[in-house]
Amino acid sequence: MGEALEGNLELKEIQRLEGHSDRVWSIAWNPVAGASGVPAMLASCSGDKTVRVWRESGRDWDCVAVLDEQHTRTVRSCAWSPCGKLLATASFDATAAIWEHAGGDFDCVSTLEGHENEVKSISWNASGSLLATCSRDKSVWIWEVLPGNEFECVSVLQGHTQDVKMVQWHPYLDILFSCSYDNTVKVWVEDIDSDDWHCVQTLGESNNGHSSTVWALSFNSAGDEMVTCSDDLTSKIWRSESQKQQVGDGYAPWKHLCTLTGYHDRTIFSVHWSRDGIIASGAADDAIRLFVENKDGQVDGPSSPSYKLLLKKEKAHDMDVNSVQWSSKETRLLASASDDGAIKIWKLESIS
Amino acid sequence: MTLGLINANPIVHAKKERIARTEDLHCDDAVDALDIYDILFESHSVRDIRDPEHPYSLEQLSVLSEESVTVDEKRGRILITFTPTIQHCSMATVIGLCLRVKLMNSFPPHFKVDIKVSPGSHANEESVKYLQKRQSCQRSVGRPLGFHKPRPNKPNYSR
Repeated sequence: MGEALEGNLELKEIQRLEGHSDRVWSIAWNPVAGASGVPAMLASCSGDKTVRVWRESGRDWDCVAVLDEQHTRTVRSCAWSPCGKLLATASFDATAAIWEHAGGDFDCVSTLEGHENEVKSISWNASGSLLATCSRDKSVWIWEVLPGNEFECVSVLQGHTQDVKMVQWHPYLDILFSCSYDNTVKVWVEDIDSDDWHCVQTLGESNNGHSSTVWALSFNSAGDEMVTCSDDLTSKIWRSESQKQQVGDGYAPWKHLCTLTGYHDRTIFSVHWSRDGIIASGAADDAIRLFVENKDGQVDGPSSPSYKLLLKKEKAHDMDVNSVQWSSKETRLLASASDDGAIKIWKLESIS
Repeated sequence: MTLGLINANPIVHAKKERIARTEDLHCDDAVDALDIYDILFESHSVRDIRDPEHPYSLEQLSVLSEESVTVDEKRGRILITFTPTIQHCSMATVIGLCLRVKLMNSFPPHFKVDIKVSPGSHANEESVKYLQKRQSCQRSVGRPLGFHKPRPNKPNYSR
């Protein structure tokens, strides 16, 4: 898909977005903007307690909204609903907020309360009918999206033994993944009979899992592979037979496929898998790295894949890179956020 | 509140004679391990970081020495490796946090500080993982990276 990833490639800095007065923790591309004449839109959230929304305007980017006076502490994570009209934000103030994009403005239409302390991450499922949050209180909450911007908590999931760093729904199945300071990734599904959610799998050291905090996870576009990244300086690729999974088939477990080791010497905070198969990582050494599957000289076929480093962008930022996100609309367009308070937009292209 | 000292009888070492450096060996103001060690033990600020349980400094208890500090100024990295006096020292996280705060206050924000215990010197390597948590340090010392003046909440949201 797309041009072959051969020859000399570079990650070219297109834009630097400044405005936040503290570290930027997370960015999220609006899933519907950036195509059919609608300018691309990006949300960012920060230690300055605000969320900023940025929009492409010709060759420039403008900050079109500052969502403030809501969260009373760091905003740690943000996520757009699949329809692109709602933005969910997660904060250290122990709440999540839902903002509606109406006209040019963003209004806070709901707050989700219940966590005991810092909410670290928030994620919408593929249909936009469910939300998930996770917290330093070690729990994962599932919320149902009801008419009139109402949200009802349908399950409080205990299981992690430490701070939960991220939650992420599978790209098309209603299966929830969470990763934690307890070094594990947990997989949660809903019981067909009881409407209750439970943990069906824990990916820990005994299944070739990570040996330190797992900071993030991301799925490939087919939804049958997942990449996780960790404080243990590795990223791991996992596979499931998800593609074959239909309703009633039973759960298809995830298995470790390979470990990317030796590429990072400091914590990897973020990974994101692009639609065309490039894995981006953001790390505590201020660098962004790109990885692709190594298809050269593959003897055994898809059962034993390996990955290679496509490119390393040193000093991508002046401080730790907290988040990397590929655009889902424009190919090879990447956004990154850092402790240095800046957001950068990059284009992966051939060196001219 | 204290039920008893965790390490009632520490081994105290003689304090190493500190020779005043009259000559600046580095013409270009480069920072080396000894500079960092001196920063950690400046008497007028942290007053020779003391062991939380005893009137001796961390230096006298051989928790920290010049060899504990490694610096790579070019890459902006500092590594401190300290040795708790006993294997089950629960004060390790407190000591680590104090060291981190001292360094944070002395170096520009892009410097990366790693604080670890010497391998094999602490029974619970897991609790030592806590030393590397960025937020725990900021929370403990109440020092955010930036300053944002809080504004009153607008009470206009639904449940």
